Amino acid sequence: MAEHSYTSRRELDQYGFHSAVTLFAPLAFILLQAVLPRLWGPLAILDLPLIVVIFFAVARRDPIKGTVTGTLVGLFQDGLTNHPFGVNGIAKGIIGYAAASIGFAVDVENLINRIVLNFGFSLVQSGLLFLITRFLLGDSTIRLLPVHELLRAVCNAAVSIPIFYLLDRFRVRE
Amino acid sequence: MDSFFVRFKNSLVLIVIVLAQAIMLAVQVQRPKDGMVSGAPEGKHTTLLRYWAVSVMSPFERVGHGATFDVRSVWSNYIGLRHTHQQNEALQLEIARLRQEQAAFAEDAAQGRRLQALLAFKQQYITSTVAAQVIGTSGSDTARVLYLDKGSADGLKPDQAVMTPDGIVGKLRDVFPHTAQLLLLSDPTSGAGVVLESTRIRGILRGTANGRVEINNLTADSRIKPGEKVITSGGDQVFPRGLPVGVIESIAPDPLHQPYTAIVIKPDANLSRLEEVLVITGTDAVMPVAAQQDAAIADAAAQENKRAADVVAERLPSVNGDQPDAKPGDPPPPAENVLRGVPGIPNSGLPKEKPAVHPDKYSPGATPPADSLQPGAGPQP
Repeated sequence: MAEHSYTSRRELDQYGFHSAVTLFAPLAFILLQAVLPRLWGPLAILDLPLIVVIFFAVARRDPIKGTVTGTLVGLFQDGLTNHPFGVNGIAKGIIGYAAASIGFAVDVENLINRIVLNFGFSLVQSGLLFLITRFLLGDSTIRLLPVHELLRAVCNAAVSIPIFYLLDRFRVRE
Repeated sequence: MDSFFVRFKNSLVLIVIVLAQAIMLAVQVQRPKDGMVSGAPEGKHTTLLRYWAVSVMSPFERVGHGATFDVRSVWSNYIGLRHTHQQNEALQLEIARLRQEQAAFAEDAAQGRRLQALLAFKQQYITSTVAAQVIGTSGSDTARVLYLDKGSADGLKPDQAVMTPDGIVGKLRDVFPHTAQLLLLSDPTSGAGVVLESTRIRGILRGTANGRVEINNLTADSRIKPGEKVITSGGDQVFPRGLPVGVIESIAPDPLHQPYTAIVIKPDANLSRLEEVLVITGTDAVMPVAAQQDAAIADAAAQENKRAADVVAERLPSVNGDQPDAKPGDPPPPAENVLRGVPGIPNSGLPKEKPAVHPDKYSPGATPPADSLQPGAGPQP
């Protein structure tokens, strides 16, 4: 039988969510991501589904759940684009796994940590998408735009703060 | 062995999921000849998966679009009518000017049609369109895709051209029963055959990763200048020939594809603010009936204008009164009382001055020449 000390981070901070929140929160943010750029084109730089994946992964601290959530959200996003299925699925699956693993090591309640996590994972996702498109799809025309990706990471980190506080309200301690 | 799977359970799950998706990618992607991902529609199974994703989203997008449309309608129909009267007057003037232009162009158009008929030229006329509204986007700036509120139930099919009154915007990719995917010109997988309007140089238009529209298959040519209009060539079998695309914004050497140049095009249609579009659902080699009627009216107006000009020319006897054999359009004869104009000397072609009836010291020619005058001398008697 596995033993946890009373003060272990897993025992103290592992959260769960109501199944409706688990289902509808990612859908709501995917929908918002699809609608916002129609109102103002530059909002396409955001990646709200990525923020949701990071939130659920670090809150649950379960790499398998993080991987599955990230993959499903990514595949759904692929369905709305003209990319083949799996581009966002692979990238967000890896992000979900990594976020859940890092969630054990850092205090994810801390505002600075949240900003750094979102900024860093946004950059990692940009790199993963570039690698997948360039090498798995063999698209030699793809270019990595460093300044654009940095800007995307900054925007995602800024937007993640209110989204994390909003989703915090739906957490249930396990 | 059992402990291995338990110990590395998380990593193994990740590897299996990633591998499964990599295989799924390999199955979906058919590598085209030019090494780029194709913008063409996909296979049946992939389309089905995409259909599920779109089916979940599109009802919410329709509701959201309907709500914003209602708010905008209230604004535009009631609140935003402050300058309508001035706009109406300006539009009336514009219509009058365009009618004059139309009459002037009608003869050229008729001549063009006659020449096309002589050369057995296959012109494609747009015979039917379907108006559609944009209800959503892909949500990603790497996939420049929009969703329309019309689908196969409304007669839409993949690869049909989409335009606005300003110019072309893209083509349909996947078409579902009540929704269609519009691939914008600015998407990297998009393409269109174009021709530069004045130089008639043909090129291929492509989107770039940063959302620009470029022609990048042409080598440097001094005839290509910024500001030149770009129209569709019709060679891609998607866009009918002669539709406006945009104007050349800049020309620069393409460092990644030497010796080609990157010719950046500014699209005539605002691709980032599309609300309503027209899907071209039918083209024909024969001009549609409505267009034929318009052309006939314009022809008649042009003929009427020409007849009126001839009548006016015939009824002006003073112009050619002293030359009964003169015809309209002949140059006027040189007049005896008109000085011959000297190039470079202003007013040299003005009429001769008539002699004064009562000449005095102020009359032209009464002043003595300057070399006959003495400094300090008083006025001559």
